[in-house]
Amino acid sequence: MITTKTILQPEVLEAVVVRFVGDSGDGMQLTGTQFTDTSAMFGNDIATFPNYPSEIRAPQGSLYGVSGFQVHIGSVEVSTPGDNVDLLVAMNPAALKTNLYAVKPGHTIIVDTDSFTKKNLDKAEYKTNPLEDGSLENYRVIQVDMTTMTKEALKDVEGLDNKSITRSKNMFSLGMVYWMYNRSLEHSFDFFNKKFKGKPELIEANTKVLNAGYYFAETLELIPNAYTISPAKMVPGTYRIIGGNTATAWGLLAAAEKSGLELFLGSYPITPATDILHELVKHKHFGVKAFQAEDEIAGVTSAIGAAFAGDLAITTTSGPGLALKGEAIGLAMMVELPLVIINVQRGGPSTGLPTKTEQSDLLQAMYGRNGESPVIVIAASTPANCFNFAYEAARLALEHMTPVILLTDGYIANGSAPWKIRTVAEMPAIKNHKVTEVKENWSPYDRDEKTLARNWPVPGTPGLEHRIGGLEKDRVTGNISYEPQNHEEMTHIRAEKVRLVENNIPELKTEFADSGDLLVIGWGGTYGSLHSAVKQINDEGYNKIGFAHFNYINPMPKNTEEILSKYKKIIVCELNAGQFVSILKTRFSKFEFSQHNKIQGLPFSNDELIQQFKLLV
Amino acid sequence: METTTAVKKYTFKDFTSDQEVRWCPGCDDYVILRSMQKALPEMGVKKEDVVFISGIGCSSRFPYYMSTYGMHTIHGRAPGIASGIKLANPNLSVWIMTGDGDSMAIGGNHFIHLLRRNIDLNMVMFNNEIYGLTKGQFSPTSLIGQKTKSSPYGNTQPPFSPGELALGANARFFARIGGNNPKDMAQIFIDAHKFKGTSLVEVLQNCVIFNDGCFDEVTDKEVKEDKQIFLEHGKPMIFGKNRDKGLVLNKLKLEVVTIGENGITQEDILVHNAKEEDKTLHQMLVRLDYPLATGIIRSFADVTLEEREDALTAQVKANSKFKKTDDLFFSGETYEVK
Repeated sequence: MITTKTILQPEVLEAVVVRFVGDSGDGMQLTGTQFTDTSAMFGNDIATFPNYPSEIRAPQGSLYGVSGFQVHIGSVEVSTPGDNVDLLVAMNPAALKTNLYAVKPGHTIIVDTDSFTKKNLDKAEYKTNPLEDGSLENYRVIQVDMTTMTKEALKDVEGLDNKSITRSKNMFSLGMVYWMYNRSLEHSFDFFNKKFKGKPELIEANTKVLNAGYYFAETLELIPNAYTISPAKMVPGTYRIIGGNTATAWGLLAAAEKSGLELFLGSYPITPATDILHELVKHKHFGVKAFQAEDEIAGVTSAIGAAFAGDLAITTTSGPGLALKGEAIGLAMMVELPLVIINVQRGGPSTGLPTKTEQSDLLQAMYGRNGESPVIVIAASTPANCFNFAYEAARLALEHMTPVILLTDGYIANGSAPWKIRTVAEMPAIKNHKVTEVKENWSPYDRDEKTLARNWPVPGTPGLEHRIGGLEKDRVTGNISYEPQNHEEMTHIRAEKVRLVENNIPELKTEFADSGDLLVIGWGGTYGSLHSAVKQINDEGYNKIGFAHFNYINPMPKNTEEILSKYKKIIVCELNAGQFVSILKTRFSKFEFSQHNKIQGLPFSNDELIQQFKLLV
Repeated sequence: METTTAVKKYTFKDFTSDQEVRWCPGCDDYVILRSMQKALPEMGVKKEDVVFISGIGCSSRFPYYMSTYGMHTIHGRAPGIASGIKLANPNLSVWIMTGDGDSMAIGGNHFIHLLRRNIDLNMVMFNNEIYGLTKGQFSPTSLIGQKTKSSPYGNTQPPFSPGELALGANARFFARIGGNNPKDMAQIFIDAHKFKGTSLVEVLQNCVIFNDGCFDEVTDKEVKEDKQIFLEHGKPMIFGKNRDKGLVLNKLKLEVVTIGENGITQEDILVHNAKEEDKTLHQMLVRLDYPLATGIIRSFADVTLEEREDALTAQVKANSKFKKTDDLFFSGETYEVK
C-alpha cells in the first residue's frame, strides 16, 4: 500500500539511518537494539541514540510520550547516529507527528494504520488524517495494518492475553525492516529464547510475529530490497556493541584490575549518569564496592574516605551534582588524594534539560571550587572511548595524586557503538604512590621529583600514621601552617603538579589536513558530528580544513600552540555558549578564534557545521 | 574486626601527637582528648589501625592532637568520609569527632543516614549548645530564649535533642556523658569501640567562652549524683547521693520514686536493659529532664552494613562465572571482524 506513484528503484547505500518511534510502551528501545545488534554482527559500523521522554509512563498516544531509538548503520565508518532519517517506523500518529521533521523527502515511512484512529489523531493534535490528506506526498509511506496482522498471526498461539498480543506488534515492524535490509532473523530468535526462557508461548508469539513481518515485506514486492549495506571495513578483532555509560564503568573495572586496587564508587542517582552506578553495582564478583549514598556530597566524601584508605575511588554525577560536590573536590585537591569524578553532562543551568545533552559544565569542572583549586580535566569523545578515558582518569589520578574530572555527556553516555574489546593486558600500566617503608624524617608531603605527586601512606600501615586536612599545610612537614610565603608556595606546587601532567599524556593530533586555511576545534562528545562534517567538506573538495579534537583540557597537550599556528583561521565548536574557546583565548591570546555554539540540548547537525565552515573558507 | 596478632601494650603517650593543643584553657575538649588517649590502650587495637575523622568546628581539631591516622575534613561531612574509609578497609577502628553544629545542622542529613545504616564505626559528639569556632552563634541544640551573637534578643528556634534524633534515626548505640567525667567517658569510649555497629556518644561539653556553665545544673560535682542517673545494663535505675531514688513506669511515663517511701522497695525499680531491640523505654530515658540519663542508654546488637554487604559479595562471587574483567568483556554478544 505504497502511496507514492512512481515505481521505486532499488538503491545501494553506504549508510542508512533508521528511527523506530512509538509510545513509551511500544517497545521501540528493544526493537532498535535488536536491529542494532543484528547489523553489528553482520559487520556494519554502528552508532545509535535512544530518545525517550523524561516521563516514565506518559499517557498513551500523547505527543510527549513518544519514545524513539535511532540507529545509523554503514559499510563505511559511522561516527554519529545521523541527522536525517532514511527510514522512519512510526507506530502511532503522535510518533509520526513528532518525528516527521527528520525524514529526508523521498524517503520511507512505515506506519501502523490500525493506530490512526480518531482518538489517537486527536491526541496527536492532527485535524485531518495525514495518511489521507496528502500532507505526506513527498514521502514513500508504507501503510500496514500491523496490529490486525499481528493478531492474525497469533490467533493459534495458546495462552496469550490480549496485551501480550498487541505488545508484540513491534516485532512485526522489526521483521519488515530486517527484510528491507537483508538481515538474518537468527540473532533475534536466539534473543527470544534467552529472554523468554520458561515462557514458550512468548517465544512462539515473538518468533511468529517477526516472521510474519518479514514475509509480509517479502510478499509486498513493492518494498525496495536493495539497501544492501555491506560490512564496513573495520580493524579486525572481537567487537561488541557498547553504550557510553557501560564503557565508562568497564574502563574503571579494567583500571582497578590493572592497578591491583579495589574499586570504590560513592554515588547518588542522577540522570543521565545513573547507569554507571547500575553497571558497577552488578560487579561484586570483582570486589567492587558501590555505595549509594544519601546525597551527592556523601557520594563524593565517601569516595574521598575510600581514597584515603587506599582504594581506587570514584564518584559519578551530572551537572547539579558536580556543583554539590565542589567543596569536597576542593578537599581532595588540598589533601592530594587520587579521586575520579565522572560528570555526565546534561542541559543546564539548574535542573535544565536533564535528558538532553550539552557541554556546559566545562568551566564548572575547571573552576567550580573555592580558592586556587586546579584539577585534571579530561573528556571522552565517543561511546566506545568512554572506556579509554575512564581508564585514563583512573591512571592520571593515581599517578599524580590529585582529583581528575572526566566529562562525558548524555549524547555519548546513552549512545552506543561497536567497541573493539580491549583486554586488561593490552592497557597501559598504572603506577601508584603507596608507601609502606618508614624512612627517617618521613612526611606525607614528600613528593615525587618528576610529577610532584605526594606519597600515599594508607591507614593500617605501621609507622606512617599522619594527619591530613583542608587547612593549609607546611610544604615540608605537612603540619598546619598559616605562614604567608608557604601558602603561596603550596598554591604554586599544586598548580605545577597538574601542569606537569602534560608529560604523561599524548600530543594533540590533527585529521584531514595538518596545516591550511581552517582548523576546526572541538572537545568531548562532539567528536562524531565534527569529524563527519569536516570529512564531508573535505570530500567536497575543500582540502585545507583540518580537525583537532581535545580529550585533554587541563592540562592541554604540549603541542597545542604549535598546531594552532599552522592554520590561517580557527573555529571552536561547542554545545555551550563558548566555554572552551574562552580558555583557549586566555591561554593562546595571540590567535584569533571564531566560534560556533549550539545550546538546544541537541548535537550538532552536519549541515549547520558545514555551513559555518564554508563561511570561513 | 579484631586482629589475631598480639597488640603492643600502649600508654596514652603513644596516642599523643607532637602538635600543640590549641583549645581554650579550661575547655572540656581537653577532657575528651585525654579520655580517648587513655581509652585507646585498653581497646586492644593497633595504633596504625585507628583513624580519626572530623568535620569543622572546635571539636574537629581533635585528629591533629592524636598520633594515629586522621583527616580534618569539611563542615558536616565527616560521616561520609568515615563511611568510605570503613567500607574500604573494615579492619580499621574509625572515629568521627564532631560537634552539635557539625553533626546536626550542616551535617544533619549525613548524621541520620549514618545511624540508619549501622556501619561499624564510632561518633563522638561534643555538644556545647553553641557555635564556638565562629564565636558564639546559636546551634541546633541551643535553647529557646538563649542569647547568642546571632540571637541577641533570644533564640527563637526550638532545639533538637541529639539522643531523640539519633534513636529516631534508629541508632543502635547511644550513650551520654558529662564533659567533666573522664573516668566513665573513657569506659564508654571502650564500650563504643567494642560495639559492632554505629555507636554515638554525646558528651555534654562545656564551652568556657561562649556558653559557660550551660550544663552546670546537671553536671556540677555538687549536684550531679542527684540530677543525673548513670545507667548500666542489667542494673536497677537508681540514683541520688543516698542511692535512694529510682525510676518506675507509671502508665506511659517514667516517674521518680524514693525507695522506702510509700511502700517502694528496690524490687519496684526498673532494671536497665540497653540491649533491648524495642527502643520505647530508651526513648523515654533519652527525653528525661530529671534525672538526666547518662551512661549507655541503648546498645542493641544488630547486623552491620558490612556484614550484609560481605554476605552478598560472597554469594555473588560464588555464583559468578566472571573471575577477571576480560571474562566480562568477552561475555554475551560479541562478534568477529576479519
